[in-house]
Amino acid sequence: MSAPHRTGMVWVVWGLVAALAVLHQDLWYWADTTLILGCLPAGLFYHAAFSLACGIVWALAVRFAWPTHIEEWADEFEPPSKGGSGS
Amino acid sequence: MILAQSPPAASLTPLVVIGVYLALLLFLGVFSTRFFRGTSNDYFVASRSIGPFMLLMSVFGTTMTAFALVGSTAKSFDLGIGVYGLMASWSGLVHAAVFFLIGIRLWAVGKRYGYITQIQYFRDRFESRALGYLLFPILVLLVMPYLLVGLLGAGSFITGVSRGMFPEAFAATNGSIPPWLTGLVICAVVLFYVFFGGVRSTAWANTFQTIVFMIMGVVAFIMISNALGGAKAASQAVLEHAPTRAAREGMIGKAQFLTYMFIPLSVGMFPHLFQHWLTARSAKSFRLTVIAHPICIMIVWLPCILIGIWAAAMVASGDLRAPSNSNAVLGLMVNRYVDSNLLTGLLGAGVLAAIMSSLDSQFVCIGSMFTNDIVIPLAGRDRFTDRQKLWLGRGFVIAVVAVTYTVSIYNPAHVFDLGVWCFTGFAALFPLVFAAIYWRRTTRAGAIACVVTTVVAWSLFFADAMIFTERGYLGQKDPGTDEYLVQGVMAVTFIVAASIIALVGVSLMTRPPSQATMDKFFDPRGD
Repeated sequence: MSAPHRTGMVWVVWGLVAALAVLHQDLWYWADTTLILGCLPAGLFYHAAFSLACGIVWALAVRFAWPTHIEEWADEFEPPSKGGSGS
Repeated sequence: MILAQSPPAASLTPLVVIGVYLALLLFLGVFSTRFFRGTSNDYFVASRSIGPFMLLMSVFGTTMTAFALVGSTAKSFDLGIGVYGLMASWSGLVHAAVFFLIGIRLWAVGKRYGYITQIQYFRDRFESRALGYLLFPILVLLVMPYLLVGLLGAGSFITGVSRGMFPEAFAATNGSIPPWLTGLVICAVVLFYVFFGGVRSTAWANTFQTIVFMIMGVVAFIMISNALGGAKAASQAVLEHAPTRAAREGMIGKAQFLTYMFIPLSVGMFPHLFQHWLTARSAKSFRLTVIAHPICIMIVWLPCILIGIWAAAMVASGDLRAPSNSNAVLGLMVNRYVDSNLLTGLLGAGVLAAIMSSLDSQFVCIGSMFTNDIVIPLAGRDRFTDRQKLWLGRGFVIAVVAVTYTVSIYNPAHVFDLGVWCFTGFAALFPLVFAAIYWRRTTRAGAIACVVTTVVAWSLFFADAMIFTERGYLGQKDPGTDEYLVQGVMAVTFIVAASIIALVGVSLMTRPPSQATMDKFFDPRGD
């Protein structure tokens, strides 16, 4: 994937995360007691779907906004022996 | 002549099943030591060898506790479906964001420089030993209510499930196993396997326990739903007998619903989660955790919320006796509607699994922090042998657990509310870790100001809520939700704001960290 395309997708991903944060405040189902699928109150159904949407958006984040250099950075330095014992 | 007869004692099968489960855990703890590599690195961070699935299970299991199963059912029994939006769906978004933005970075810095605890990182990042000594008691004191949440949740649940099993031995609790006994057994089992195998044992146990409680949660849901005539009939009963539980109107305020978003930020500062992050084999191991965490939350929370509102309907219709304490709702529902002693036992094991999968991580991390952040810096690396350091850490864990256990006997507060105050404290420290990673200009003084401001602000709000229980000087208990609110807003909002202002303001007024520190902690490629 070209760098500009990747950068564009990163913005899309963070835009989707921001959109989810806004969509969380579902005032439109605040007093709605309609049962969706016969058993899920509308507000609960909406938020269950919201959880699924979060999974999808984070999958996009992993695909397009992953910090690619981080593993290399973590490995390129040999730490001195640190820590001790305990617990 | 009519002889007075006491009712027959309930079957002990559920307790036997729970006992077998606890024995299995002990075995797993011992078995995991076969893979122990004999190094402190293995004891504390499992030699950074944990793969994607175990990382997901251990991180998810650690974040789900009594709060998720017992607390969510209790809270939805009281407040209805809005509880899902308050905690579960916010957590799906925010937790995953924290894993992505904070967890991966801390894993990298931990691997690069060999860190084991959060405080080691903050000490180096802010070039300050004092910050470490300041943070240690705060983190331990904030973990303690979290431990308390686990013990209280386990006690409440087992009390509900074991009702009538021991009419003579525990007459004072209507034949139920008293919470003090449950707490004692839980602490002993968890301490045993944690002391045996460290973080590796914890990760194994968490994976096993998370699978158990996820499966058992779904099984409980299906069994209870069937007993109530199916999910449709049960939810229809909610509309007939407890319609307020099917919506948020009149149950939860809009500003409260919005500002709950700050609470899940707490995972960024959980010291026990930091230690789990460090166990990851590679950054890629986080991918599954980031994606699947919101979905796992849904799998656990959705059934619990439904069971809670169904319980409200059953109580309103007179089919279920009203619990004296909402925390016993899940246990009562299982006891009343799951017509199988074996399954009741398995479900009990599932709830305890959720609770213990958090307790173990907290125990191991408290010991690690005491050894690495207090004993070694104060006494020097060579003052004690490895074995002595090990026992010093264990001694500290036992002391903390003993204090927490003693407090739990007095059943101090509603499990869910206690957890919220604990999470509020951790969430208010979130700006510290975020700035440490992303803002080079954050200074030592700014970090200390952030921590001190958090302590002062948190203490003010907490005291206001605890001392003036109905109406304080700063906020008041909301009559609908029973939640302490400030002008309808969660107190965490103000504490986080104060923490950010102190951190940014003081950092800008003081000298930036040295170039060497910036070079050490910031990747010049800036990915």
